[in-house]
Amino acid sequence: MSEKTEFFPDDFERIAGEPDAVVDSGFTSDSYWRDVRRRFITNRGAVIALVFIILIVFFAAFGPVMNQYSYKDQNLSQKNFAPRIPLLEKLGIFNGDEALKTTMGVKNINGYRDKNLPDVYYWFGSDTLGRDIWTRVWEGARISLGIAVVSALINMTLGLCFGLISGYFGGLTDSIMQRFAEINNGIPRLVIVTLLLLVFRPGFVTIVLALVITDWISMSRIARAEMLKLKEQEFVLASRTLGANHRTIIFREVLPNIIGQVFTQLMFSIPTAIFMEAFLSFVGLGIPVPQCSLGSLINDAFNSFTTHPYQIIPPILVLALLMLCFNILADGLREAFDPKLKEM
Amino acid sequence: MENQTRKKVMEIRNLSITFRTAVGPVHAIRGVDLDMHRGETVAIVGESGSGKSVTMKAAMGIMDKNGQVDSGTIFYTYLSDDKTEKTVDILQMKKKELRRHINGKRIAMIFQDPMTSLDPTMMIGRQIIEGMLWHKRATRKAAWGKAVKLLEEAGIDDAEKRMKNYPHQLSGGMRQRVVIAIALACDPDLLICDEPTTALDVTIQAKILELIQRIQKERNICVIYITHDLGVVAKIADYVNVMYAGRIIEKGTVDEIFFDPRHPYTWGLLSAMPDMDMSNERLFAIPGSPPNLLHDIQGDAFAPRNPFALNIDKRLEPPMFRISKTHFAATWLLDPRAPKVEMPEILKNRIQAMREGEIGHG
Amino acid sequence: MKSFIFKRILISVFTLLAITLLLFLLLQLMPGSPFNDEKLNDDQRAVLNTKYGLDQPLPVQFCKYVLNLVKGDFGVSYNISKNTPISQLVQSRIPASVKVGGMAVSLGALTGLLLGIVAALKRGTFWDSLSTVISVLGVSVPSYVFALALSYFVGFKLNLLPMLYNMKEPFASIILPSIALSMFTMASIARFTRNEMLEVLGSEYMLLAESKGISGAPLILRHALRNALIPIVTVLAPLIVDLITGSLVVEKIFSIPGIGSLLVTAIQSNDYNVVIALSFIYSALYIAIMLVVDILYGLIDPRIRLSKEGGAPGRPGFITRWARVLRPKRKAV
Repeated sequence: MSEKTEFFPDDFERIAGEPDAVVDSGFTSDSYWRDVRRRFITNRGAVIALVFIILIVFFAAFGPVMNQYSYKDQNLSQKNFAPRIPLLEKLGIFNGDEALKTTMGVKNINGYRDKNLPDVYYWFGSDTLGRDIWTRVWEGARISLGIAVVSALINMTLGLCFGLISGYFGGLTDSIMQRFAEINNGIPRLVIVTLLLLVFRPGFVTIVLALVITDWISMSRIARAEMLKLKEQEFVLASRTLGANHRTIIFREVLPNIIGQVFTQLMFSIPTAIFMEAFLSFVGLGIPVPQCSLGSLINDAFNSFTTHPYQIIPPILVLALLMLCFNILADGLREAFDPKLKEM
Repeated sequence: MENQTRKKVMEIRNLSITFRTAVGPVHAIRGVDLDMHRGETVAIVGESGSGKSVTMKAAMGIMDKNGQVDSGTIFYTYLSDDKTEKTVDILQMKKKELRRHINGKRIAMIFQDPMTSLDPTMMIGRQIIEGMLWHKRATRKAAWGKAVKLLEEAGIDDAEKRMKNYPHQLSGGMRQRVVIAIALACDPDLLICDEPTTALDVTIQAKILELIQRIQKERNICVIYITHDLGVVAKIADYVNVMYAGRIIEKGTVDEIFFDPRHPYTWGLLSAMPDMDMSNERLFAIPGSPPNLLHDIQGDAFAPRNPFALNIDKRLEPPMFRISKTHFAATWLLDPRAPKVEMPEILKNRIQAMREGEIGHG
Repeated sequence: MKSFIFKRILISVFTLLAITLLLFLLLQLMPGSPFNDEKLNDDQRAVLNTKYGLDQPLPVQFCKYVLNLVKGDFGVSYNISKNTPISQLVQSRIPASVKVGGMAVSLGALTGLLLGIVAALKRGTFWDSLSTVISVLGVSVPSYVFALALSYFVGFKLNLLPMLYNMKEPFASIILPSIALSMFTMASIARFTRNEMLEVLGSEYMLLAESKGISGAPLILRHALRNALIPIVTVLAPLIVDLITGSLVVEKIFSIPGIGSLLVTAIQSNDYNVVIALSFIYSALYIAIMLVVDILYGLIDPRIRLSKEGGAPGRPGFITRWARVLRPKRKAV
């Protein structure tokens, strides 16, 4: 107080009335969901990942109808054409040129020019059977995404029910269910999937089934842990005292409280499923021809990937991008739902 | 009379600390002055978040990485290895020097939660002797012997055998005794206790308090006691500092604070103290909650919760008014121009009862 | 601790038996008995069935099957190389797989640890961001994308290292496959180590150690690393298993004559006997790894070693470990 302080005449009067109602700004906040959304939007990586996913989904839905080709039309006279895109070709890129390394040295070929097809465009090139890669990539993405989403949803339902029931009833029920899960988990999923696909014919349904058998456990684990935590809490006890039946407690009281974690786990299981499907296709247990998935496209193009690398790049790029984006998105969601994780 | 005999160990002046957080800078400490003397127990009292732990962590040089000292000094006086008296500013010291010469060796700390403050993968014996070996205070064998003695002193039976236990094999109370033994391993002259009994059972609390008190007397060291429990303060402290929103708002001897409190916040704290003798009285709570230190504070931080607030409280932060040689409080109510305000009736009765109890006991 | 090991071994044996039963039943279900040859008439088939014990009740057959497995007799291959004993086929394939797999595990674990530790210690710096980027990429991009990219750019375009496995360059030709295979392990371990380290660094006992005056290398080595490394052991098991899955693809891409590529060939040529035999081997390997890691974990963590029950609170369960690999508790800030 060394500086001169200016005092006003009323300074030393009591403030009239009650003390101000203190609004605790540290804890007031908007609703939970608005908070989640705000935290998510401020996470730049997750938003970019979401945009990419939306783009890929859009192309998976509409990509195949953007040109006149279909995913199974073969045109053996137009096989192994390098990518050619209108407008861009004038810049000297994507003009159908391809450098072939032969024993005699590097040779430049251009299928469109050599076969005199000035009006033919394969945006991503054509494969060894003369099919349009653009169409097939998006068709493949559609099937891969379909398999992933369907199996992830079934996984979620199954794992959720299993985990919630196991955790809720506890005791012997829990013990039996957990031993079952443990033994199931003791078998390598590679083995389960391989055997399943050997017995049944590979196809959309069997692949989904194989993915479900191997991946529901992590969801059930989360559901059980949360149930064990929540079932002792007051709001659950209260509704139990009020006579609510088991189903109401499990699905009305507990489930809404773990929806964040469930959703995050769902997002994490999608890339796992995409990867597993691609893996199966690559070892020859994938979607049967002429249908294609990202994995089977990579498998097909692998055989000629040193001579025609452009055939393998699009499916690999889409696959890697999908997995990366889903992982980043899921990470972002987890942080949005559970900010404590980030504060540490 | 004190000035000749009291020997200053630590002197904190105008300490301000800001934490960078995801939501913005938090001004956790806003100009703290504090003195500690040899052979005395100083208590720092306040609600959680008032900045008591942060202040002492700064004095230890173990502040969280996102914390930043804006201003201030922490002078620490000690007898250096060559027996000369040395005074250093802890805030100016390099981390390495601090660890080498001060931490553990001269200033030690006891943490709040004994369940988490011991390394789970190391035998407790090794944890005790680690400091002694590190500061080259003893050979391995001597250190081991001293550690056993310390454990015995801390009230652990079968100390020799316990040395080879891992923390998870001990109960909470035992672990806190181990933490105390670790703190005492290098004979520090300043012992900081950060709510050492909060995480323990009530029966064990009393024993740990007695232990700390006994050690303080025997070794004639300075003990700083951080707590929110006024009951503990009354029992062990010589001097009391009341903190609110990153500042010390009242300080004095334990008698001055308990029998003649001047700050409305101290009144509130004392009224809120649960008391066995007055079980029929309504428990008092201070209305509202502490201010959010994310925002700059205008005037007196306590004003919004203060039923006796003056107009000036909204505008200007009160200075420390001197009540006695040892007793200070930061409230405009002590300004001669302020209206005379009496402490609440309920507290008056309480203090009256306490005084009588004191006489009765004494 | 002893009873804990005993219990774990019991569970492992039981699981393996369950798998064997499953495999055995599948074998019965498979189309094409070994004697489906059209040239055989019913009588001849009956004679053969008796000779091989196929006319006996299933439980008896199962016991024989298990006995044979224990002896290392997996039967013969039908399609890949007719009538060669599978054990012989497998034996010739083991060295290459072990070499690549072992190299990938050590490479992945070491670089992962290093990256994770550096990232945690230099939190918020360039190293931290680098480690985060690498681990996000490594976890999300399938190993065969790395394999193809490495094979194309390093092997084909730059011609630095052999594109395909060959006997003439035993070391040089396993470098690329090992790197490709180790990416996932490395990324996961880097991420896990970083999170584990950060948790330990922020713990009260580190604060206590610092307040004792301990600093520098002793602080990190004695207190931080020790505590952070224990849980990392638990994620090694699932990672090695993922590596086995990855090896199928990587072996195919680099034409490595290993177990993985044998399985792929067997699948593609419908050689059920080989597939089932390899499934058994993989399962046994998987269960053995899980067992070893569990016991190892118990041995290095005093909290488990010294408790009679063998399980400390908070010890990550069997299944959570999978989850912990892919989804560490805390993410980069």
